[in-house]
Amino acid sequence: MLYRETGQFKTSYAADQAIFPIRQDRYLAIAALVLAYVAVPLLGSEYWLLTIMIPFLVFSLAAIGLNLLTGYAGQLSLGTGGFMAVGAFATYKLTTSFPGLNIVAVFLLAGLVAAAVGLAFGFPSLRIKGFYLAVATLAAQFFLIWMFNKFPWFTNYTASGVISAPPRAVFGRFYVTGAEADPVDKYLFVLTVVVLLALAAKNLVRGRIGRAFMAIRDMDIAAEIIGIRPLRTKLLAFAVSSFYCGIAGAMWAFIYTGGVEPLAFDIDRSFQILFMVIIGGLGSILGSFLGAGFIVLTPLFLDNLPRLLGFAIPVNIASNLQAMIFGALIVFFLIAEPRGLARLWQVGKEKLRMWPFPY
Amino acid sequence: MEFLTAVFLTPFATMIDNPSFLLEVVIGGLLTGIMYSLVALGFVLIYKASGVFNFAQGTMVLFAALTFVSLLERGVPVWASFILAALVMVALAFLIERLMLRPLVNQEQIILFMATIGLSYFLAGFGELVWGGDVHLLDIGIPKEPLIFGGILVNEFDLVAAGVAGTLVAGLAFFFQYTRIGRALRAVADDHQAALSVGIPLKTIWVIVWSVAGIVGLVAGIMWGSNLGVQFSISLVALKALPVLILGGFTSVPGAIVGGLVIGAGEKVAEVFWGPITGGAIENWFAYVLALVFLLFRPQGIFGERLIERV
Repeated sequence: MLYRETGQFKTSYAADQAIFPIRQDRYLAIAALVLAYVAVPLLGSEYWLLTIMIPFLVFSLAAIGLNLLTGYAGQLSLGTGGFMAVGAFATYKLTTSFPGLNIVAVFLLAGLVAAAVGLAFGFPSLRIKGFYLAVATLAAQFFLIWMFNKFPWFTNYTASGVISAPPRAVFGRFYVTGAEADPVDKYLFVLTVVVLLALAAKNLVRGRIGRAFMAIRDMDIAAEIIGIRPLRTKLLAFAVSSFYCGIAGAMWAFIYTGGVEPLAFDIDRSFQILFMVIIGGLGSILGSFLGAGFIVLTPLFLDNLPRLLGFAIPVNIASNLQAMIFGALIVFFLIAEPRGLARLWQVGKEKLRMWPFPY
Repeated sequence: MEFLTAVFLTPFATMIDNPSFLLEVVIGGLLTGIMYSLVALGFVLIYKASGVFNFAQGTMVLFAALTFVSLLERGVPVWASFILAALVMVALAFLIERLMLRPLVNQEQIILFMATIGLSYFLAGFGELVWGGDVHLLDIGIPKEPLIFGGILVNEFDLVAAGVAGTLVAGLAFFFQYTRIGRALRAVADDHQAALSVGIPLKTIWVIVWSVAGIVGLVAGIMWGSNLGVQFSISLVALKALPVLILGGFTSVPGAIVGGLVIGAGEKVAEVFWGPITGGAIENWFAYVLALVFLLFRPQGIFGERLIERV
């Protein structure tokens, strides 16, 4: 009854092309934004903001990046961690070399550096396809992490090989990185970046470029025949994806952890983000958020489960059990809905439109 | 300039100066490569028969080795442990087919791939939960003496590994060529639908092929385990087997062997002669870059099936 578009007439093309063509969806989106901008900072404790909301948002951004490449353009990549590391280390080098530069500009530049690196590693995709490409992108993963570990120039010759974030502020006084940064400021900054970039991604995939991506994904030869240049499209997909991953990596290192070593971006990170994309739904921006939420919350939930149930398990057994449950959950989700949480959401909406009448 | 000399001249000069050292490095590399091949073999078997890119192969190697070594530690004789561990792998294959592959039949490859990553988490957790996460030393009496042939140093253990790998491949080749099941496996690998239509039970074939991959994994696990000790890091050997796979082609058993040899030798030579320039540890990624460069010229690997694309 509540969710029905009856009586909502569109009188312009712009209205017809809107991201949320149905009024209820629009209200829902606005409500979500109000919740995120007003309710969460007011009600959330420091723990909630720092250990749940910020990693969730950062992971969402990385998942959007990988989703553009894998879900929309169909190029399976296992190098996400490497590209995130490029973003993090580029930010570090830029902000320590030019301390006066605004942190927003630094993040954007770091994203561009990551995009350039992604472009370079995207070249093989023109000849190599499918799992061969996936394994080839592992070259990027291992090479980049090795490089950041090996050459002390990247870490400004610190002994430990860990980069730590110097304090930087936006608008002159709101510190978002460094030890003294306020959790709320950090959160709002990350939220704004993620919302803006997610909006950009949503519009990208609705337009000509996104359609070219999808054509390449569905069959690249056919796409070539109807006039889409595979070279440009695939490389663009790699560049845009790495841009998003780079900014996510930069925010991970600078805002979430505050200090990071290359190993934080190892192959497990790449798999983690691929899980988010698959569990959330390939080819869906909303799915990237849902998948990130699932992957961030599940381990936290499993961590706290024994305590909630009121019995203690030794740490090593608990961690093994967690791995087992996590693996089993993933297989279960893939069996239950291979097209991801975004698909469940869509099915739910279809059902809701009919409700309470069955036909 | 100095850097260029170090990259392009010094290594070759060292090689020419000391050919027997080069030969020693190459042979050492080839023998390590055989160990990679052992792991890659399991991947190939499963990919050929079911089109699943089985990321859990590394964890299966670990799990099989853990089962074997734990039985051994509890006083079970070697042959009985081997048979029991093999039976465990067969049971595992049965469960995987029943609980994971069957519900996911006809899904896209990437979904199956992700499912095997989930499986690998599960198995790693399960194996360590049941058998404990410590390093288990494994010694089944393989000699480890260094031998010298005409001035070239060779590790006896590596020779045994090569012998085992050779026997395994010969055994598999025999099994594939001359048995009824082997013929069915080849038919399924060629064309699923055609195989189904002549009455080959696909589900049984999957169980068989996952069991064979499990047993190959067991052998690989025993060999790696006697070298490094049975521990979690064995499952990471799978990451070393991936470039071997793409080099040899996902669908070719000889490819896995040749790929392993090329990667093993290439990696060792690069590490020994070029490693010092950058301070070493290039083994981690060198194999991938080697495979990547190779793929640019032959996108389906050395022996892989040529991709024919039609619109």
